[in-house]
Amino acid sequence: MSLPAFAALLERLAFTPGRNAKLALLRQWFATQPDPDRGVGLAALTGELSLSAAKPALVRELAASRTDPVLFDLSYDYVGDLAETVALIWVPRAGVNAPPPSLAEVVEALEATPKSELPALIAGWLDTLDANGRLALIKLVTGGLRVGISARLAKTALAEWAGVEVAAVEEVWHGLTLPYLDLFAWLEKRGPQPDARDLPVFRPLMLAHPLEEADLAALDPAQHRAEWKWDGIRVQLSATGGGRRLWSRGAEDISSGFPEIIAAMEFRAVLDGELLVVREGEVAPFADLQQRLNRKIVSAKMQAAHPVGVRLYDILFDGDEDLRAAPFDERRARLEAWFARTKPARMDLSAQIAFGSVDQLSSIRDGARAAAIEGLMIKRADSPYVAGRVKGMWWKWKRAPLGVDAVLMYAQRGHGKRSSYYSDYTFGLWRPDGAGGQELVPIGKAYSGYTDQELLWLDRWIRNNTTARFGPVREVEKGLVLEVIFDAAQRSGRHKSGVALRFPRIARIRADKPAAEADRLATLEAMIDGVEIP
Amino acid sequence: MRVTPQGLWCEAGDFFIDPVRAVPHAVITHGHSDHARPDHGAVLGTPETLAIMTQRMGEGRAGRSQQALGYGEGVVRNGVAIRLVPAGHVLGSAQVVLDWQGSRIVISGDYKRRLDPTCTLFEPVECDVFVTEATFALPVFRHPPADVEVGRLLDSVRLFPDRAHLVGVYALGKCQRLIALLRQAGWDRPIWLHGGLLAMCELYARHGIDLGDLRPVPMPAKRGAGGLLAGEIVLAPTGAEATPWVRRLAEPVICAASGWMRVRQRAKSKGVELPLIVSDHADWEELLQTVEEVRAPEVWVTHGRDDALVHAMGLRGVKGRALHLLGRGEEDEALEAPAPSGEAPGAEEMAAPAGAEREMGAGGADA
Repeated sequence: MSLPAFAALLERLAFTPGRNAKLALLRQWFATQPDPDRGVGLAALTGELSLSAAKPALVRELAASRTDPVLFDLSYDYVGDLAETVALIWVPRAGVNAPPPSLAEVVEALEATPKSELPALIAGWLDTLDANGRLALIKLVTGGLRVGISARLAKTALAEWAGVEVAAVEEVWHGLTLPYLDLFAWLEKRGPQPDARDLPVFRPLMLAHPLEEADLAALDPAQHRAEWKWDGIRVQLSATGGGRRLWSRGAEDISSGFPEIIAAMEFRAVLDGELLVVREGEVAPFADLQQRLNRKIVSAKMQAAHPVGVRLYDILFDGDEDLRAAPFDERRARLEAWFARTKPARMDLSAQIAFGSVDQLSSIRDGARAAAIEGLMIKRADSPYVAGRVKGMWWKWKRAPLGVDAVLMYAQRGHGKRSSYYSDYTFGLWRPDGAGGQELVPIGKAYSGYTDQELLWLDRWIRNNTTARFGPVREVEKGLVLEVIFDAAQRSGRHKSGVALRFPRIARIRADKPAAEADRLATLEAMIDGVEIP
Repeated sequence: MRVTPQGLWCEAGDFFIDPVRAVPHAVITHGHSDHARPDHGAVLGTPETLAIMTQRMGEGRAGRSQQALGYGEGVVRNGVAIRLVPAGHVLGSAQVVLDWQGSRIVISGDYKRRLDPTCTLFEPVECDVFVTEATFALPVFRHPPADVEVGRLLDSVRLFPDRAHLVGVYALGKCQRLIALLRQAGWDRPIWLHGGLLAMCELYARHGIDLGDLRPVPMPAKRGAGGLLAGEIVLAPTGAEATPWVRRLAEPVICAASGWMRVRQRAKSKGVELPLIVSDHADWEELLQTVEEVRAPEVWVTHGRDDALVHAMGLRGVKGRALHLLGRGEEDEALEAPAPSGEAPGAEEMAAPAGAEREMGAGGADA
């Protein structure tokens, strides 16, 4: 019954908005499924399993051979998704009473079956499944399985179920092979921790806490080190005897998107740093780097137009030597020595910023207006490199956000816990309407930053000031000013206003301020970093 | 038999079946508001349907005069013999069987073919013309067994004991059937109801349908407070999950019981966390099965996906005709429409049964 169980899990995950609920569903699934199926399922959930044995056209033909064409077209037109239409319209052959396949059987049989026999194999399986099972099977065999959860969430559920730290799962993860029998044996305390040997596996990252006003007082300059916080993406460079990998913060292998970095990793070490677009030593704003993200392959032209480099700030392994238990200052010395010795291409060191007092550090932070600087990182001199966000070790102290006073234009109901609240807000600024007056143009959307009390207040205001409804969206009286803050403003051809905001959130409700006195679009345009997002 | 702006009109007998506007003489198949409208002159229906109409519309608005006709009983009007036969849709739902000058027409109203502990099973009647609904007349609609769906609800209640499960239902029919299915599945805890559902459940109980321990959802201890009814099952009219009323419940899992939940896109657009495919309408196979059993050479389709059904009947040698009746098939709108009572200031008080029934129950068509 394992494919139906997996299908039921996928079905619930697809409709479940809450993280905790998703974790509960996943934990239950790991606890109740047998090997090797749960391993195959885990691979599917984490994106490690990609089958594309069958083309969607094959599935369509299978269904067409059993269905009247007019009825098929009417149904497809109504449902809108081919795989779902086939799953729903499929009438199992009478008299079939074979049990549905297991996940492992499906994967194994797909590998062993010649192409010409695929249609019969898939049709046979479809006959044994119900509608949910058929949908999961079709998505699986056509490689269209989108689970709607991150690999990280699946690993978190696995760790919670087994009662270990998620970092421990991450640590062994990339040395595993399907169907992860040794992993489950270890998690169920039937076997030893799997050994990654000398594979270039992901090592769990050390993370920073946001620095609050209250933390400032406790900050002893003698015991802390400061660096710029660059607005790129966090990466881990892992080069061992077993290969080279570039890992993202979320343990995704992004090597293929950055071949020039992989080529530059002529060493054996595990390093922590920031991936940036750098031109002639100048770090470009994040929007520039964004052009390079989420690409499986990257053209030479793209590499030339958006040249990337890594600014290194920590060393985890020097050769085979694990440095993570050493204090920060010692690792920093090792990093500098390693860098001087190795001189890797496309890499430099994150400079340390000297400071004598918190006040001085504060004015350094306020003085930083370069677009590529998000603020400061502050690290305790004696902190070991530990996985996760350990309080009191590393701090991030973002520079003060930018802000405008905008007018609320539309509100949308949230999901899950917020489904009875209008919690997503679209807001706009004034600009000349070309006829001597002013019009509002939307500049962004935010669904955070407010308190529970403010959410209640906003929800009530919206319900009492609605002028039109479009499904879950309400248009409201243009009468409420919101102070919106954001990390950066960027030019954008995709937005009507021509401006895109980075991390916009609601800072304050300005019920005291008349809408006509909200900011003009020109005010926001003056805050733009100066990079075009096409 | 003619199609008029008021609805289906029996010319020889001079009466309408389920007219959408007030008429002098009406035969009503069942109590849903897209079939039973207020302010007709004389109304003929089953005793249960008449009771439902009176409760929903108030004394005096459910027909100036009412004539009750039990299942199988007959009456003749202007030479047309009228008989009511169970349709299996909701309590009191009936097919209207008309005999005139040796030919027979059966108007099904809305119907389903599956066992439902809260109403009498559909009876096929052989006829010359069968007038059918087609709400779920696409081959993608094959409803799974209702007990399987209820099992999924109970599994979820066990998995999330710290949360309330809120199921969106129609006040007439779906609500009571779901309660009965839960009882059959062994759920004997109290089932908690939104105020808009209480009156109809009491009416069912008066007609001998035992639904067990039903309780109104209590007011929160303090305005705006939440956390009520963790681990319990709560039923509310569709749309209540989008109103402030829902905030009193403990982190509710939003469920909906409807045939439309079969299609993911529809379930998703409703923000439903646990879609339950439970329908009081015939699915695709059952529509075709029914057409075959009544052996009518000609079938008229009142509302729904008439295109697919007419095509499929054509392949089977049955002549189909789409009537495009106005005011039917508003299931879509009923699902979309946010409940009006949640929107008004002071909506916290909407659990009061009378007001909520008026505002939330009346507009609902069923699915």
